[in-house]
Amino acid sequence: MRFVLALCLALLPSLSLAVQPDEILPDARQESRAREISAELRCLVCQNQSIDDSDAGLARDLRLLVRERIKAGDNDTQVRDYLVQRYGDFILLKPPFKSETLLLWLTPFGVLLAGGAALFAMSRRRRRESAVEASLSDTDEARLKALLEREGR
Amino acid sequence: MIVEIGHYALVLALALAIVQALVPLYGAIRGDGPLMAVAQPAAVVQFLLVALSFVALTHAHVVSDFSVVNVFENSHSLKPLIYKFSGVWGNHEGSMLLWVLILALFGATVALFSRGMPDDLRALVLAVQSWVSAAFLLFVLLTSNPFARLDPAPLEGRDLNPLLQDPGLAIHPPLLYIGYVGFSITFSFAAAALISGRIDAAWARYIRPWTLGAWIFLTLGIAMGSYWAYYTLGWGGFWFWDPVENASLMPWLAGTALLHSAAVMEKRDALKIWTIFLAILAFSLSLLGTFLVRSGVLTSVHSFASDPQRGVFILGILVFFIGGSLALFAFRATALKPGGIFAPVSREGALVFNNLLLTTSCATVFIGTLYPLALEAVTGEKISVGAPFFNLTFGPLFIPIILAMPFGQMLAWKRGDLLGAAQRLVLAVAIGVAGMIVLEALRGGPVMPAILAGLALYLMVGSFVEIYGRLRGARTIGNMVSRALGLPRSAWGTALAHAGVGITLFGLAATGWGVERIVTVKPGEPVAVGPYEVVVRELAPRDGSNFKELVAHTEIREGGRVIAEMDPSRRSFTTRTMVRTEAGIVTLGAGGQIYMNIADVRVDGAIDLRLYWKPYVALIWLGCLIMSLGGLLSLSDRRLRIGVAQRASVRPQAAPAE
Repeated sequence: MRFVLALCLALLPSLSLAVQPDEILPDARQESRAREISAELRCLVCQNQSIDDSDAGLARDLRLLVRERIKAGDNDTQVRDYLVQRYGDFILLKPPFKSETLLLWLTPFGVLLAGGAALFAMSRRRRRESAVEASLSDTDEARLKALLEREGR
Repeated sequence: MIVEIGHYALVLALALAIVQALVPLYGAIRGDGPLMAVAQPAAVVQFLLVALSFVALTHAHVVSDFSVVNVFENSHSLKPLIYKFSGVWGNHEGSMLLWVLILALFGATVALFSRGMPDDLRALVLAVQSWVSAAFLLFVLLTSNPFARLDPAPLEGRDLNPLLQDPGLAIHPPLLYIGYVGFSITFSFAAAALISGRIDAAWARYIRPWTLGAWIFLTLGIAMGSYWAYYTLGWGGFWFWDPVENASLMPWLAGTALLHSAAVMEKRDALKIWTIFLAILAFSLSLLGTFLVRSGVLTSVHSFASDPQRGVFILGILVFFIGGSLALFAFRATALKPGGIFAPVSREGALVFNNLLLTTSCATVFIGTLYPLALEAVTGEKISVGAPFFNLTFGPLFIPIILAMPFGQMLAWKRGDLLGAAQRLVLAVAIGVAGMIVLEALRGGPVMPAILAGLALYLMVGSFVEIYGRLRGARTIGNMVSRALGLPRSAWGTALAHAGVGITLFGLAATGWGVERIVTVKPGEPVAVGPYEVVVRELAPRDGSNFKELVAHTEIREGGRVIAEMDPSRRSFTTRTMVRTEAGIVTLGAGGQIYMNIADVRVDGAIDLRLYWKPYVALIWLGCLIMSLGGLLSLSDRRLRIGVAQRASVRPQAAPAE
């Protein structure tokens, strides 16, 4: 009975998880290269999952393909290029640096630089102005301070 | 009948929301007390009506009323009771209703607990809040009606997606939504301040409990979601930089920045314009998250275009509120004069630095999430932006934040002493570096995990140096304890929350030391994983209420002795003919976990296993809990307690800042 149930479960539309034992290459160094490459390749039918993580059948096919290329003697770049040739840039989880992705790659550093520059300019202007005006009147400031101190003990 | 009452209550709530959006606003502009006073009762009744509607939908789910489309599509008479409750928000319509419920709850809370607030400010806040809820009530009623009927009623429902039949669904969305929607209050406060043109330190104090509250829940919600993914997805991943996750991370980053800049504003009357901007930003990002998740734009730009009704509606809401508030900001912000002056090296300066980095990392997540969508919409070209991109950009941005966190606590307001702070942090730095070296020597392998772990240790220790400095002078233990208790709770809150970040970082660093085994075994055959040995004793079938499962009774041994047991399984759900694996997880030692999943069962009885030893992994979520606890401590600080604002307002009407 138990065996029958096991059989049923085994035959159900299977959700076989990510890397399976039969996929693993005998050479440990080749296998770890395969894992590293697959972690950066997108499972084309999933939402932002790498083929290394994905349960989809397509991801398995791609994992096997990566391993085939490695066994055939391709280096990491060649394996990636081979897949990009067939599936386009969409398969790379790390988009290549080119004109269409310039804005994507430069935004983080651009925002940081622009923000830093704006802060610098503002603090210089503020210090020049600060000599001229005080923000709160002295009595207000004293009252605020007293309140804060009374409550903030 | 109950279903129709629920539907009708929702329509009434919309009508009331429109009244609440207009009358107090007009009253506040005209300075008319009675008109302003409409806001409070309206907010409370609006909440009661939405609550009634929510209860009606829940009732339909619990009694399995399949004449309601929503129940038919997402429930089954045999579904366990807890999932009949959580299934209410396990679908689009129900989750939008929960969204609106929480929105109305926040409005009612402001109405009930704001006695010390100036009347016009309260009226404006509640009016703006009601603009938001009117928009979303309209959305629910026009495009996502959860009360639609089916005739004839089917005999049985289609059941809830098995992946959602999990306690995670009961907890994660409500926490996350309270966080998301909580920022609506700070948004309303910001808009009210811009409309009235008045903003001061008291305003910063009013919003701080709301910001803190929203932040606490968002932190918990994100952590819960990540743990849920960890234990359901079957291989122990917990963060994928998926757009849906990014959608919750963006408001968290903006909210964290807001929390810190509001502190500056409260203490020093500075950074006003920036704080207002962040308040708008945090909620705008919450709206953006709702749009991304609810419109279907993520699945594909094309599926969005083919069934655009919902998406376009939310996009409209998004444009109206973000555009409207930013326009208001552009018109009025210049009227707000900057306040206190500070030197670059000061507590304020450190918080500005924190804000710069947090907003930049937020912008990074934003561009990484939306760029592929925008590029596809404009050029038709498809690219992917995944974990490797974010690790390269977001990662380096967060390291200076972590380095600076203990410094920020140490610097004085107005003008700080960087060298002095560095001297006091020598111990923390020493522990961090020593930890780095020791861990690398013990573990070997790539250096990155050890470096991050060392950084984490530095942060954990550094977070408490400031408090230690305040206690150092005490001569007896008793004296020290009484001093410790006398410190403001917000000081403890800050220290704890910062230490929580360190703990999470340590857990993240330790993922680099994990061990993975992917093997095929027969029952009884031991597998070594890390310092332990795992043996599947036997496979046995078991029946659940709406599923059957095959359970692997498994033992974990250390040095030949059995130290723990677990029961990972494969469940097959009959109604949707779907198989789901249940991971076996056992926590051992300092937050390390053995994680096991049955990938497949072969005809000859052999089992394909995915087996992991994940040292310290639980610290990732423990750290988040501690961050929230820190937030909670700050929230309980007497300065922030409800009612204190009342005493503060005894002083003459807060003067316009000029």
